[in-house]
Amino acid sequence: MTAPAGTRIDDFVTRLAGTVGWLTTPLLPDDYLGLINPLWSLRRPRGRVEAVRRETRDAVSLIIRPGRGWTSHRAGQFVKVGVDVDGVRHWRTYSLSTAPERGDGLFTITVKAVPGGVVSTHLVHRTRPGTFVGLGRPEGDFVLPRPVPPRLLFVTAGSGITPVMAMLRSLVRHGAIPDVVLVHSAPTREEVIFGEELRTLARQFPDLHLHEQHTRSDGRLSLSRLPDLCPDWTRRVAWVCGPAEMLEEAETRWREAGIADRLHTERFRPVVAVTADAASGRVRFLPSGQEADADGMTPLLIVGERAGVLMPSGCRMGICYGCTARLRSGRVRDLRTGREHGEQGDIVQTCVSAAAGHVEIEALR
Amino acid sequence: MQTVSTADVEEFGRELDKIREEVIASRGEDDARYIRRVIAVQRTLEVGGRALLFASVLPPVWLAGTAALATAKILENMEIGHNVLHGQWDWMCDPEIHSSTWEWDLVSPAGQWKHTHNHLHHTWTNVLGKDRDIGYSLMRLSPEQPWNPYYLGQPLYNAMLAPLFEWGIALHDLEIERLVSGDKSWGQAFTQFREILRKGGRQIVKDYVAFPLLAGPMFLPVLLGNLTANMTRNMWGHTVIFCGHFPDEAEVFTEDQIEGETRGEWYLRQLLGSCNLDGGPLFHLMTGNLSHQIEHHLFPDLPSNRYAEVAPRVRALCERFGLPYNSGSLLRQTATVWKRVFRLALPTPVGQSAQVDTPAPATAQAA
Ligand SMILES: Cc1cc2nc3c(=O)[nH]c(=O)nc-3n(C[C@H](O)[C@H](O)[C@H](O)COP(=O)(O)OP(=O)(O)OC[C@H]3O[C@@H](n4cnc5c(N)ncnc54)[C@H](O)[C@@H]3O)c2cc1C
Ligand code: FES
Repeated sequence: MTAPAGTRIDDFVTRLAGTVGWLTTPLLPDDYLGLINPLWSLRRPRGRVEAVRRETRDAVSLIIRPGRGWTSHRAGQFVKVGVDVDGVRHWRTYSLSTAPERGDGLFTITVKAVPGGVVSTHLVHRTRPGTFVGLGRPEGDFVLPRPVPPRLLFVTAGSGITPVMAMLRSLVRHGAIPDVVLVHSAPTREEVIFGEELRTLARQFPDLHLHEQHTRSDGRLSLSRLPDLCPDWTRRVAWVCGPAEMLEEAETRWREAGIADRLHTERFRPVVAVTADAASGRVRFLPSGQEADADGMTPLLIVGERAGVLMPSGCRMGICYGCTARLRSGRVRDLRTGREHGEQGDIVQTCVSAAAGHVEIEALR
Repeated sequence: MQTVSTADVEEFGRELDKIREEVIASRGEDDARYIRRVIAVQRTLEVGGRALLFASVLPPVWLAGTAALATAKILENMEIGHNVLHGQWDWMCDPEIHSSTWEWDLVSPAGQWKHTHNHLHHTWTNVLGKDRDIGYSLMRLSPEQPWNPYYLGQPLYNAMLAPLFEWGIALHDLEIERLVSGDKSWGQAFTQFREILRKGGRQIVKDYVAFPLLAGPMFLPVLLGNLTANMTRNMWGHTVIFCGHFPDEAEVFTEDQIEGETRGEWYLRQLLGSCNLDGGPLFHLMTGNLSHQIEHHLFPDLPSNRYAEVAPRVRALCERFGLPYNSGSLLRQTATVWKRVFRLALPTPVGQSAQVDTPAPATAQAA
């Protein structure tokens, strides 16, 4: 198999850059190209917000043009997005809400403002077209298998609809929607993200069965009602995305029904067990030697970022291992379980580990 | 001779801490935009200067190209490189403007320089035997340094150091004297030396081989333009940096003076060992804001664009506590630096102590 043309061109560009590097040393050609157009950077892929579409009172879709180095995603995947807020770069993950088959090279992410949230409120209320954002590569396995199973079930709540919307849009692009049940809950009808589009699709495709639960009037959606809403739920392959309680309930139900292998879940935030202020300490970040005070509840990742240490990260919730560092001394507490652990030389996930006393961690190269 | 009470020194320190906290709390988008703009201007100037040199059929074009390139190199070294390597912009968490990833055009590899400058010089500012930047181990800039005949030549050494300043700094970072004393292994020094050669080699290839060759018939003008730009950058850096610590009024300390130093006393030493340069915004920019040497030494990791706004407050504090705030024009400060270089080339006459023409370090006598 030959490499696609895009990759061959990028390879060539990379080799050329090595030679041109003698002219730009100690900088890289990338550093100059990025001045002309930030989207040309291969080393640090970026995207430009082309348009901002309001979805609901507190949610927007950002239509993004990715720069060089972007690879196409699979419907349901997420991407790491770097956003400058008050001059500080923050990284968060967002599910792509468009189908990869879109064709114009653009993609969207759909963000719901979390009250007090640094990045989400900035993206929803203060981001204008023309803004550049940092981009990771599409990741995640909350995706449809190929071939697509004949019967699907989606259970979503709030912004949890985004990865599922990408899947639906992808199915529509292929022209044939299998038998789909979508159970979605949101506070009110107006607050259903993609509400109009979902309703139109449901009218257009008789095999798409949409159940909307408006929690303010109908109450919270309990999965005990699932057999009523979707009698053959046990025979469907299911994708569930929503708040932690919903995911836990789903995991229990599917496990009890003995069909845990048919359940796919996506979490937007970690389940945190540690809430009371545990032991605090001082953290030293190697190799730079920067130091910061940490309480026993804040992830080392955030402690480092606040101190201006360049911390690698990904999902920020303990699944991708994009944030790992080597423990040089001290012990850490796993925020998900509250368990204290760590031997010298251990690899720890900084996004879900807090300092248990004084700690030294070293970036992995 | 002024004395300051211990209580006042600590109060002075607390006031400075307050200023520091305020600046940290207000860092934001404007600051980020500032450094990105300086970087964009610097890179554009560099590309523009090199392009002009390629087209320098006429002398004025050569001059313009060389000036643009020299300006770019000065900005890259002083306002950008020096300050980024101090971690002044780390708070942005931008991997492209971060002390842990930055590399500059100077031959000193950033990692080595960060150790000798950020760690040794800024911690031990003007402490004899500790701050290796006093005279760069080459000259006698304080009467407390014992004289020997070698120093007779120091005006010449200083004049030669200026155009080669970046090489001087790189070799200085090798800490030859610690090698001789056995505190540092030859293996370590050798690795460091190889890094310097690799780094310096790339600069030499870029400025004196690659660009001149690319310019074809313009080989010589480009080569000379690049050489002039590098030397201009070196001489400018040398001048500004020497004005920061070695004019006549700047104080030098001994190790026992700083034993058990408090936060307030640390601030005081930074103040007494540094000198500012007066000038307009463009001048401050071109010195990398080292014209605010006092503020830089008090707050080495605050963004350089904030020193100007902090300076009047620091000066007012000094007035309040009756402390000297040494500031003067570039010309005046340079003259006093050279006066010192010449004077200390000769042995200090017995009985004439150093303390005579410098204010005594703060003591707690009046407390
Ligand atoms: C795989 C994955 C996919 C995601 N996809 C999307 C998406 O498509 N759309 C979307 O809007 N978000 C999505 N998220 C969540 C997103 O990454 C951020 O966590 C969210 O936008 C909040 O970030 P913030 O900076 O505004 O909040 P922060 O400033 O980080 O947090 C502020 C407060 O909000 C709480 N908080 C954090 N996250 C959430 C949350 N998700 N819900 C409620 N409270 C929270 C925190 O505990 C904290 O108290 C996804 C997360 C993951 C891991
Ligand atoms: S960032 Fe994904 S595991 Fe920590």
